[in-house]
Amino acid sequence: MTTLAALVRRDIRIALRVGGGALIGVLFFLIVVVLMPFAIGPDLALLTRLGPAILWLGALLASLLTLDRLFMADHEDGSLDLIAMSRMPLELTCAAKALAHWLAAGLPLIIATPVLGLLLNLDAGATLAVALTLLVGTPALTFTGMIGAALAVTLHRGGLLLAVLVLPLSIPVLIFGVAASEAAISGPLSFGTPFSILCALSLVSFVIGPFAAAASLRQGLD
Amino acid sequence: MRLSGRGVRCVRGGREVLSGLDFEVSAGEALAVTGPNGSGKTSLLRILAGLLAQAGGSIELEGGEDELTLPEQSHYLGHRDAIKPALSALENLSFWRDFLGGEVGNLEQSLSRVGLDHAAHLPAAYLSAGQRRRLSIARLLAVRRPIWLLDEPTSALDAAGQALFADLTRDHLARGGLVVAATHTPLGIEARELRIGAVEQ
Repeated sequence: MTTLAALVRRDIRIALRVGGGALIGVLFFLIVVVLMPFAIGPDLALLTRLGPAILWLGALLASLLTLDRLFMADHEDGSLDLIAMSRMPLELTCAAKALAHWLAAGLPLIIATPVLGLLLNLDAGATLAVALTLLVGTPALTFTGMIGAALAVTLHRGGLLLAVLVLPLSIPVLIFGVAASEAAISGPLSFGTPFSILCALSLVSFVIGPFAAAASLRQGLD
Repeated sequence: MRLSGRGVRCVRGGREVLSGLDFEVSAGEALAVTGPNGSGKTSLLRILAGLLAQAGGSIELEGGEDELTLPEQSHYLGHRDAIKPALSALENLSFWRDFLGGEVGNLEQSLSRVGLDHAAHLPAAYLSAGQRRRLSIARLLAVRRPIWLLDEPTSALDAAGQALFADLTRDHLARGGLVVAATHTPLGIEARELRIGAVEQ
C-alpha cells in the first residue's frame, strides 16, 4: 500500500508544482465556460437550458487536455521502465496513476463548477445537480481516457491521437451526465435513472480501464 | 545466486540483433557486455529487466528469492535517469525508495555517498547531466537489490565519479551482488567480458 500511496503522492505533487497539469486543466475549463455566454448572447433562458451541457463539455475537454501526459511523461524520462519492473502489479499502478490524475485535475473542476454555474444563470439546485453528476462521471472520463493515454505511449504518438481514441469512449458518459443534470433541473424524467447509469459507467471503467491500460503498456515497452 | 542465458535471441524491427547468445554470471561477479554501437547491448539488458520480449532461448536465475521474478530483484540503470525535474533530489530518491520497497537504506547517506548532499533540496531540473546520473546511482544504494543491470552507467560522470562508481560496484559485489553492465569504457573493476556483435566485417 505504501508503494501506491507514494506514487499517488508523487503524481499529485508534480501536478501541483509550476508547469504541472492541475492548473492548466482548471484554467482551460474556466476559459471555455466563460466564453460561452459571450458566444451565445444574453438570453438567460437559453443559457440555463444549455448550462449543464456547457459545463460537461468543458470538463470533458479539460480532463482530456492533461490526460495525454499521464504515461507519456513517465515513458520519456524512463520512470515507466522502473514502474513496470516493480513488485506491484501494473494494473494497480495504472489505477493509482489514474486516481492521482483525477484528484489533481478532475476534482478542481468540480470545485470550480459552482462559480461557473453563476455565469450560466444556473440556480443553486441546478449547480448542485451538475456538480454531483460531474463528481460521479469525471472518474469514468479519467479511467477510460487512461486506456488512450497508454495506447499513445505504445504508438509513440500523443496529443491528437488520444482525443480520437478517447472521445468515442466518453460519449456515453457525456449523454448520461447531461441527461441526469437536465432531469434534475427541468424534468420530466426522474433524476435517478440516468444518474444510476452514470454511476454504473464509472464502476465499469474502474474495472476495465486499469486492465486495458496495463495490457497496452506491456505491449508498448520496448 | 547464478544468472545464465542459453541461446538468447532478440529480433528488433525485423533484424536479428542477438542470435544464440550464451552467458553466465554468478554472485560476486560482474559481467561486462561490450560491442560496437547497435550490437544489442541495451537489448540484452532490457530482456534481462523484463522490458523486452526475447525471440528465443532461455534465461535462468538460480538461488534468488523464489517468490520474486528476475526483474523484481533487479535494479535497472538505463540511458534515461527516471528523474522528475519538478521534484527535489531528495523527493525523487524518497519516491523511488517508497515505490520500489523491499530492503531500504538511508536516503541522506545514499545522497552523500554519491556526493549530492549539498543539492538534496534543489529541484532536479537544476542538476547537471553528471549530477542526474549520480542521483540515479543513489537509487541503487537507497533500495537494496541483488542484481544490478547497468547500461552505460558511467556516461556523463567525471573521473572522480567513475572511480566512485567503481567503488560502489565493488562493494555491491563484495556483499554477494551480481552485476551485468553494458559499457564502452572500462568500469575499473574485475569483470568477465562478453563481446557481442563484433565479427561482422
